[in-house]
Amino acid sequence: MKKLSSIKGTTKKNGFTYALVIVAFAVVSLLNANGVLSRSAQGLLVPACCYIVMALSLNLTVGVLGDLSLGHAGFMSVGAFSGIVASMSLADAIPNTVVRMALAIVVGALFAAVAGFLIGIPVLRLRGDYLAIVTLAFGEIIKDIITCLIVGHDKNGIHILFNVKGNKSVADLNLAEGGQVIIKGAQGATGTQTIATFTAGFVLIIITLFIILNLVNSRTGRAVLAVRDNRIAAESVGINVTKYKMIVFVISSALAGAAGALYGMNYSSLVASKFDFNTSILVLVFVVLGGLGNMTGSIIAATILYVLPEALREFSDYRMLIYAIVLILVMVATNDPKIKALFGKILPHRKKKGGAVNE
Amino acid sequence: MEFLSYLINGISLGSVYAIIALGYTMVYGIAKMLNFAHGDVIMVGGYISFSVMSYLNLPGWLSVIISVVVCTILGIVIEGLAYKPLRTAGSLAVLITAIGVSYFLQNAALLIWGATPKVYRSLVSGTMKIGSLSISYISIITIITCLIVMVGLTLFTSKSKTGKAMRACSEDKGAAQLMGINVNRTISITFAIGSALAAIAGVLLCSAYPTLTPTTGAMPGIKAFTAAVFGGIGSIPGALIGGLLLGIIELFAKAYISTQLSNSIVFAVLIIVLLVRPAGLLGKNVQEKV
Repeated sequence: MKKLSSIKGTTKKNGFTYALVIVAFAVVSLLNANGVLSRSAQGLLVPACCYIVMALSLNLTVGVLGDLSLGHAGFMSVGAFSGIVASMSLADAIPNTVVRMALAIVVGALFAAVAGFLIGIPVLRLRGDYLAIVTLAFGEIIKDIITCLIVGHDKNGIHILFNVKGNKSVADLNLAEGGQVIIKGAQGATGTQTIATFTAGFVLIIITLFIILNLVNSRTGRAVLAVRDNRIAAESVGINVTKYKMIVFVISSALAGAAGALYGMNYSSLVASKFDFNTSILVLVFVVLGGLGNMTGSIIAATILYVLPEALREFSDYRMLIYAIVLILVMVATNDPKIKALFGKILPHRKKKGGAVNE
Repeated sequence: MEFLSYLINGISLGSVYAIIALGYTMVYGIAKMLNFAHGDVIMVGGYISFSVMSYLNLPGWLSVIISVVVCTILGIVIEGLAYKPLRTAGSLAVLITAIGVSYFLQNAALLIWGATPKVYRSLVSGTMKIGSLSISYISIITIITCLIVMVGLTLFTSKSKTGKAMRACSEDKGAAQLMGINVNRTISITFAIGSALAAIAGVLLCSAYPTLTPTTGAMPGIKAFTAAVFGGIGSIPGALIGGLLLGIIELFAKAYISTQLSNSIVFAVLIIVLLVRPAGLLGKNVQEKV
């Protein structure tokens, strides 16, 4: 009976998460349809969805797997540019934008998954801060490599040039007549058709949630949690640590790639340096403030922290300063034992229950 | 000749990385935290020195001293306000706080000095000519400063009482406390020394690469952190070797392979080193006990 009630608890919690996303989507869509949202607010909808998916997927690596990744934006970048290439080169073959967008997102996810697998082989052998610094290094390498790419397509297919010395230009692609340049090296992807929609972002969030929540509550998920909590104990009961770590890492990369593809298709021009260390850190802040392993928290934190600085535009120069101060204050307030004790006195009913430690 | 001049420039750049990496390595060794705000202290150091020279018209050497003093105080204040309350918290919480501090410093600098790049006037100009080889004086000063700092720190940590206390704290905080060492104060002193080094590095970096913006410190900070890991984080000679190697690899990659990919090559070397020696070149590989 005890087991049954615990299963019910998880279902209830997951149901709440889904309901939250669906209600939020319905409310925002309704506001948008009635013209309440300003133009700048409308522009935030798709990127906000992308960052929510990024936060969810990073939470899978950092919260569920327990490995600190500082290069998550790299996978977003791989997904974004492969998604853009897929979407642009299929523009004639598939005129229907919804189908093309879905296909581009799948392509982005696949490329990011392959990148995640290749990077996972060396990365997952390391531990702790060393693992973190290597993911940071891979993130920067991906950024540099994409900055060197020149990609175009014509009737013969896709042409790719690798501009290592900085002496090649778009003309070296030798495109046939009617061909189109998609990625122009350091200038990034320009002239992309912006086919991303808010509905697509919503669907992507729901799919991401479905994948992650089911994974966490599956046999694989339990094995991964065991590895996170005590690697040696998990190994000694026969759990293949590398295999499970790799599964989670690849899924997390693929989801980040999907988010990246959607993000890429939302802007007519996009440079690789957008996905640098700072973007990885931004997403990490969402995850940590939302709570490690807590998917609902990630969604809420990503929404608030992405929309708030944009909404504070009127404070212009001061907004990032305020953001920084709030970030420090929140971290100090939630972690300082003295302040915690103070809160405990003022709000005695908010004491944590024993079981909530791992949340 | 070309090769030699690249080598000397590489060693000079590597010396700057080594000085920054020392700050990282000392703080990591003692507080076990990745201090991502360290790179921004470098930037503040550069700006202070710039302001003293340009607005107050004081000589260069005085600007260095003022910059070191300001950064030391800044380091102590940051440590006291942001990091001290988190002594018992998890490493991720401290990491995010450090990122918050980094954002704060960058945006404060943006408000004070504006987004337009400032052109830093090099402390010493001119070059020395040996045959057809020309070496700028600032490269020589950078390399000498790095050596002095390195020897000074090694002597400080091995001979002085405070230095010994630092090593004790990094070995075992609980045991150090039982021996009567004030752990909290020792950590504060470590931050102060690290920030002072960052100020020196800031001045040297800006002398070699004279554009100064609020994000000047970010990339050198990340690379110096890489250098610290490369040499084995927590080890002082490791920081020197890591920094020098990184600087030399970076300049050679720029000169002979690709300017655009030079950072990637540096990071790729780091990854390979970590795969062969997971704790860095001179790091201690601690075995896990069951």
